[in-house]
Amino acid sequence: MFSVLRIAARNLRRYKRRTILTASLIVTGVVFVSVFVAVSGSFKNMMIGQITDSFLGHVQIHRKGYVASIDSLPLTMNLKSPAVKKIDEAIKEIPEIEVYSARIKFGGMFSNFVETTNIRVNGVYPEKEIKTAPLLLSRIKEGEKIIKKGEILVPELLAKGMKVKVGDMVVVIATNKDGSINGKQFRVGGILESATGPGGRDGYIHIEDATEILRMDNVEISEIAIRVRDFSHLYAVHNRLHDMLSKERNKQGKPIFEVHTWEKLSPFYNVARMIDVMTFFVKLMLVAIVLISIMNVMIMAVYERVREIGTIAAIGTLPGKILSMFVIEGFCLGFIGAAIGSLLGGAIIFVINISKITFNFGRQKGLILSTSVNPNDLLLISVIVIIVSVLASLQPAFKASRMDPVQALRHV
Amino acid sequence: MSLIVAEDISKDYQAGEISIKALKGVSFEIEPSSFVSFVGPSGSGKTTLLNLIGCLDKPTHGQLTVADTDVSTLDQKQSASFRGNHIGFIFQNFNLIPVLTVYENIEYPLIMVQNIPAQKRKKSVMSTLEAVGMGEQKDKYPDQISGGQKQRVAVARALVTNPNVVIADEPTANLDRKTARMVIELMKKMRDESGTTFIFSTHDPRVVAEAEIIYTLEDGELTGREAKGGTGDV
Repeated sequence: MFSVLRIAARNLRRYKRRTILTASLIVTGVVFVSVFVAVSGSFKNMMIGQITDSFLGHVQIHRKGYVASIDSLPLTMNLKSPAVKKIDEAIKEIPEIEVYSARIKFGGMFSNFVETTNIRVNGVYPEKEIKTAPLLLSRIKEGEKIIKKGEILVPELLAKGMKVKVGDMVVVIATNKDGSINGKQFRVGGILESATGPGGRDGYIHIEDATEILRMDNVEISEIAIRVRDFSHLYAVHNRLHDMLSKERNKQGKPIFEVHTWEKLSPFYNVARMIDVMTFFVKLMLVAIVLISIMNVMIMAVYERVREIGTIAAIGTLPGKILSMFVIEGFCLGFIGAAIGSLLGGAIIFVINISKITFNFGRQKGLILSTSVNPNDLLLISVIVIIVSVLASLQPAFKASRMDPVQALRHV
Repeated sequence: MSLIVAEDISKDYQAGEISIKALKGVSFEIEPSSFVSFVGPSGSGKTTLLNLIGCLDKPTHGQLTVADTDVSTLDQKQSASFRGNHIGFIFQNFNLIPVLTVYENIEYPLIMVQNIPAQKRKKSVMSTLEAVGMGEQKDKYPDQISGGQKQRVAVARALVTNPNVVIADEPTANLDRKTARMVIELMKKMRDESGTTFIFSTHDPRVVAEAEIIYTLEDGELTGREAKGGTGDV
């Protein structure tokens, strides 16, 4: 094996220029893919983080059918105390869940006493909400970073349109599930910067204020947002919750709850998917580059070394060994390209990080491009390159191994 | 008992629609430790015959036995294995592997063909190197040595596996007169030391003169056999 490797390495050194050119092509491909994977992956993660940590949470639980009519925020589909208790019990059994926040969501009218517009109101337990959506406080651009009783956090969009500022008094009017209208006066406690996605008209009040407006005797919850300790356990937590809660049935035998990850609740999931698809196609391009360049080089190598192949075949080298000599040559080229490419890619990613490149995402300006590449991703890219290199060498290597020594020795 | 027995062997080639009869019913026997030359004009079938004896090719008709093995029945893998264990080759153009040093070229069949352990391998290579007088050049690459030296290395590579037969196709064609004589003398010396049979083809009358048995080929037919001490038709 070592001898085959040595011969392969020397043959690569023998055609220095060609080896360097091919390896450079592979290096360029690996660098491009690893930087792309790092940048797109970081962008995707940042985007997911912004969405989940600003308002959505990682997982949400609703009454079955709520999500289908989520745009109308139906109060009739809220969860009553016994149902909330069951969810609470299920959550307590899952240690991967860090925290959860119960919310009452309803649509209402927002008035500054001069003009009126519509608003989506989130009644929350401030402490739990802040832990579940830790970026919520950072979105408060004016006012105290807190949600107090009797105060409302007004979304920037509304604040600008309605010309309200911190300290102003406003009124929120809503219809409860029985159809009666009620209103409550609030002091504007803060102006809430827009989050990415469907949250542009979402205001926040204390849950007790929400129950007051909606004239609830007992708290009825619209949704429970959950934050998991480790995002990589998202699906495990979702599946476990789903399994536990799907056992809960109503009198008709139908499930009471529905459990969704953020992906089902945000249109930005499609953007994330698109990034994944783009990454896949970029990887496919790398495969094509490696396949064509290695195959080209190995075909040339076989063509140029016909007499040598004839000689080694004549002196008794078995076809399998001749095949392995060329396959290992391809392997070495792929390995060198993958190794140098990964190192260079890592270096470029490091440079991007220390350069602190900024970009805008939606309404958010000046986000720092913080790239990171998972070592497993780099390893995967390298493994793909090496496997493709070996595969690309197989055809020329097979041709070499099947060569008739008499014909090969006659070759000029 | 003969080392090589050829019984009525023929070899036909197909060149497009034309069938070429390279060998026509050739029969002969070669004893162990012989120093045999096949002579004849170009196209007489010398190289074809050497290819058959060297298991590089198979006869179209007839039976060819080398070291008690009917080589006409071997498949590609068996042929390769047989060559690796029983036959050594010396080529007109030396055919050394350019990326390997002199030492590594000689070592090649021991590693890649016979899988000999490192210590034994080193001993064999060094003794063969010394025998052909290339010990001091062992770390040089083929492009750093002369034609004569290359052919010495080729002789060493052919002999290092202790084959029964060494096939040499025009081994002196690319060498000057003095070097050619030196290579022939080396081959003879190695035959005397190892008992290996040397079979070579040549046009060169000075080389022919060194052979102990000379077969003459004309138009694919064996037309003469001359042994030192007697001449006869085949």
